[in-house]
Amino acid sequence: MYLDSEDEKVLTGEYGETRQKMMEILVALGKVFNAENLIPISSAQVSGASYKTIGKWGLEWLNNLDARVVVPSVLNPIGMPREGWQNIDIPREFADNQNKVINAYKRLGIKMECTCTPYYLNITNYGDHLAWSESSAVSYANSVIGARTNREGGPSALAAAMIGKTPNYGLHIFKNRMPEIAVEVEGGDNIHAHHYGAIGYLTGSKVGKKIPLFTNIRPSRDQLKALGAAMAASGAVALYHVKGITPETKLPTFAEEPPEKIIIEQSEIEALFNDEGVDAVAVGCPHCSPDELMKLSDLLDGKTVKKPFYIFVAEGVMDSNRKYVSKIEKSGAKVISDTCIVVSPAMDKFERIMVDSGKAFAYVPNMCGATAKIGSVEECVSEALRE
Amino acid sequence: MSFTIQCRGISKGKAKGEIIVSKDPISFLSGVDPETGIVMEKGHAIEGRSIAGKVLVFPHGKGSTVGSYIVYALKKNGKAPAAIVNNEAETIIATGAIIADLPMVDKPSQDINSLKDGMIAEVDGDEGVILIED
Repeated sequence: MYLDSEDEKVLTGEYGETRQKMMEILVALGKVFNAENLIPISSAQVSGASYKTIGKWGLEWLNNLDARVVVPSVLNPIGMPREGWQNIDIPREFADNQNKVINAYKRLGIKMECTCTPYYLNITNYGDHLAWSESSAVSYANSVIGARTNREGGPSALAAAMIGKTPNYGLHIFKNRMPEIAVEVEGGDNIHAHHYGAIGYLTGSKVGKKIPLFTNIRPSRDQLKALGAAMAASGAVALYHVKGITPETKLPTFAEEPPEKIIIEQSEIEALFNDEGVDAVAVGCPHCSPDELMKLSDLLDGKTVKKPFYIFVAEGVMDSNRKYVSKIEKSGAKVISDTCIVVSPAMDKFERIMVDSGKAFAYVPNMCGATAKIGSVEECVSEALRE
Repeated sequence: MSFTIQCRGISKGKAKGEIIVSKDPISFLSGVDPETGIVMEKGHAIEGRSIAGKVLVFPHGKGSTVGSYIVYALKKNGKAPAAIVNNEAETIIATGAIIADLPMVDKPSQDINSLKDGMIAEVDGDEGVILIED
């Protein structure tokens, strides 16, 4: 792999041991994936943020690092909100350890946002190269924004953040971003035929890690977010295209005829939905957009929830949308930042959780030990309002 | 007869030890005990055996990316392998070897099946060579 003279200096240790190690990681990954060079990135999102995943040894490794990130960098969601963790049944020991991890990352210069939606906080542009980690954020950046990122692990994202570059392979290269399988969604009058979380859940489990091209749907940005998050959870989709909607499908060089095609049938979508009762409701997987918060505040206006109702969001989005948040909180629903349905131990006490997300639907059974029920956001709100 | 096997260097450094060969891929997270260095994955080719101080030869890594931190944990606990030889390096093991300062090579020029348990080998991660002593 080609390195410029600065990179070579970093590799020989001229800028300290930590940067040297980080460059060694990038060079090794470059070898593994046959990258020709390193390319500058505009931001990073680092996983391994929850104490539950990195544990005491990951924490010790972080504490021994001695360098700061050189591009805007945020964290994945963590196991609890930084403020007010006491209100949602987080054990103190977990909170203490989680705070140690947060402080370790803070010392490295990482911005204290713990979210799967960094694109609401940092401006991310078409064509930007990134080193992001969280699967739904990677999918959104690649597909909806047209930025370019592979799905990074914790150390590789941190290495890229500290060097400001990443090995140029995989989804950084345009020819690797062409669709591999066409997906047609059977339309119709059915109430769930436009539930993009459900469509994503089904598609991901059928296409695995292939790059799908949806040929006949017209989702909004929030619906694209739900679609991509679910495909990344039930499959390993890091990039998808929607004909006429996502940016790369509009390029003259875009290949429109993938070799394979599948159909998502209405009956399959409908089969995911059922009428069984639940003991809690959770939305915000991925974290809510400002529009989604507005919608929730309208749906909950003047009402009182009868079941625990959790709404997850990035702290920065919560702060800039206080009026929606306070209206939501008046209903008794809880708006929680930094953490999420999947990684927070707060959800472990429930047996059956209703979600509006295809991603949460895929992860709740294993990660929370609960069964999951899926519905639209309107159905989630009505369920929360019911005795 | 001593002989050398040409490889690709992944993580730098040089170390010598007794070879332990696993025909199965290894997941360090939940597959290897970070306190003892003993492989604990049920039904694994080298289940119950220690990798501490050995030249660990296996096809490639598998499982969670958190496995990199387990390689680091093994090093801190004095139970890490001396060096790692993979058929094909991937992210988890390559990163783990670098953060734990273990020499690592991959893509050996001859089949790793020619390597046998108990042979003594020196792995050179800078040059990308394995020297097998007789």
